[in-house]
Amino acid sequence: MSVMTMVKAINNALDIKLKEDENIVIYGEDVGVEGGVFRVTEGLQQKYGTERVFDSPLAESGIVGTALGMAVSGLRPVVELQFEGFTFPAFNQILSNVARIQNRSRGKYKAPMVIRFPYGGGVNALEHHSDSPEALFAHIPGLKVVIPSTPHDAKGMMIAALESNDPIIFMEPKRIYRAIKQEVPDEKYTLPLDKARVVQEGSDITLVAFGAMVRECQKAIVMAEEAGISVELIDLRSIYPIDREAIRTSVRKTGRMIVVAEAHESFSVGSELLAIANEEAFLYLEAPPRRVGGFDTIVPLAQGEPYYIISPDRIFYEIEKTIHF
Amino acid sequence: MTQDDLPAVFSDFNPLEDKMLQIIDKEGEMIRKDLMPELDDAFIVDAYRQMLYERTADEMAVSYQRQGRMYTFTPNLGQEAIHIAAGMNIRHEDWLVPAFREMGTLLSKGVTMKEMFLFYLGNEWGGSFQQAHHTLPIAISIGTQLQHATGIGYSVKYRKKDETVFTFIGDGGTSEGDFSEALNFAGVWQVPVIFTVQNNQYAISVPVQKQTNSINLAVKSVAFGIPGIKVDGNDFFAMYLAYKTAAEHARSGRGPVLIEALTYRLGAHTTSDDPSKYRKKEEEQLWGKSDPLIRLKRYMQDAGIWSIDEEQLREQYKAEIDREFTAAEDEKSYPLEDVFRHMYSDMPDELRRQKSEYEQFLSWKERRG
Repeated sequence: MSVMTMVKAINNALDIKLKEDENIVIYGEDVGVEGGVFRVTEGLQQKYGTERVFDSPLAESGIVGTALGMAVSGLRPVVELQFEGFTFPAFNQILSNVARIQNRSRGKYKAPMVIRFPYGGGVNALEHHSDSPEALFAHIPGLKVVIPSTPHDAKGMMIAALESNDPIIFMEPKRIYRAIKQEVPDEKYTLPLDKARVVQEGSDITLVAFGAMVRECQKAIVMAEEAGISVELIDLRSIYPIDREAIRTSVRKTGRMIVVAEAHESFSVGSELLAIANEEAFLYLEAPPRRVGGFDTIVPLAQGEPYYIISPDRIFYEIEKTIHF
Repeated sequence: MTQDDLPAVFSDFNPLEDKMLQIIDKEGEMIRKDLMPELDDAFIVDAYRQMLYERTADEMAVSYQRQGRMYTFTPNLGQEAIHIAAGMNIRHEDWLVPAFREMGTLLSKGVTMKEMFLFYLGNEWGGSFQQAHHTLPIAISIGTQLQHATGIGYSVKYRKKDETVFTFIGDGGTSEGDFSEALNFAGVWQVPVIFTVQNNQYAISVPVQKQTNSINLAVKSVAFGIPGIKVDGNDFFAMYLAYKTAAEHARSGRGPVLIEALTYRLGAHTTSDDPSKYRKKEEEQLWGKSDPLIRLKRYMQDAGIWSIDEEQLREQYKAEIDREFTAAEDEKSYPLEDVFRHMYSDMPDELRRQKSEYEQFLSWKERRG
């Protein structure tokens, strides 16, 4: 066991798999010499050489499109897009080809590749550096979209992603890249890419969150417990496929649900979870399930961001409202 | 890129000076005997037969579509010299990353006529080219396939394989960002990819003059530091020489090549398109005189190697093609399973659920009668 941040845990996962599988290559802008702007790939080029870990020209469509070519011809590329806001130039390749090649070729070609990038707000960043576009990716058939919320999960999920034969969108909540330290096993382990995790059990209300919001929910739960409310917290982990069973089980038990996600509320993962709660637990509901998310606005720059960011007290406020509905 | 890095033939046809490689002229007259590749008579006859087969299949396909037996088709009419010249230079182990107007090259790679028809009959099994080794499915999204070719090129180089990648795009596709990105990456990575721009003068209705202000399309290679050449795409021998030279260059580890094949789409963009709306008859007739089949036939006749009973051959091809089409038409079963099965390596529970709900609907429908 070692104490790791999420950055270190992902680096460790990549290191383990690079050593084990020579078909894995890592590339993108700045990932080589510098080790990525967040240092996620730090030291890997020195260890595995410039053929396997390298800086590519700066062109997101090119990075993803060439990765697909590598994937169909026997490699397992891991590409870093520097920020979520820069994934959009690559969207055509992701949507039109990466997600479709397996179906288009009736299984003759697969796209075992990982597209990883930091996402989310709360770090006082420039424009295009604070978005949460998980729903955009989750809406594309053929992709799996995952988001870890702890160093432990990040390592196990990354190793599983590197062993998957499907294209994985691996979103990394930049706000907690280094904010959480945790004991992580040094050896290799994997976690499923389609299962939610019950962070803590409770009986009055279900909170569903993922990424950086899990930690904010944990803070809100402390407030709720002081008010005598028992909260069950689910970390979704896999955005697509979504763990329908976990939502069903929990909402049937508690009868109430709030989804906490920092993306714009409309047409969001929260919207999807509300639909699932309705389909799976309608007769068990004691209050309408609610989404707590960002406004349907551009994420404000630093001065306005506190309005947009979901704070623990806002989550607690929503919990109280739902309990007393 | 220095002059020494250029394939020998390419250095004489500098795209910056808008030069074009041509071996036989529009009348089929030999004008560059010094460049004529050494091909024996039987090989040339075979090339003509392949071009004739593609031409016949094309005409049949358009006819099936007109009869309402097939959906939208993209005719290849007039571009056969490019397709067959490429096909005759692609080895079994090489990769073919097509756009959607390379039927002759696909057939050379082992795609069957039945598969081609299945695709245009709306069945993904057709377009997946299951039997053709190292052949990617048809790419409809313009220009994206070039990136895949470059990525395969990296993989080939990384795995130290003796494989070359052939990929195609149209003149319109050169305006896409992916065209530039793919060429840039390929140049930086020095990967064995042969890019062909089939400049058939039109992107649906938009003429190439509205597509670019460059003097030609081969010249775009200069900015990416890779060799480029403009070739008469209706001259089989010129195309053959260009591919042979490009393949030697790529296979010797000297990186990618861009070939602009100057040609003309004699037919429509697709069977849904009406070129009479944007092209003049005179223009079509003028280019019709440059028909690659007519030119090669004239050459063969002049050289005394014409040994083909064309009418008989066409009848034979028609019968073969019709058998393939009928076989494709007869393959009617398209199970629900096929819609879901290839989205992921392991079907997620959510897809199982959606499939199962639809099956319940189907059985309800059946019970209801």
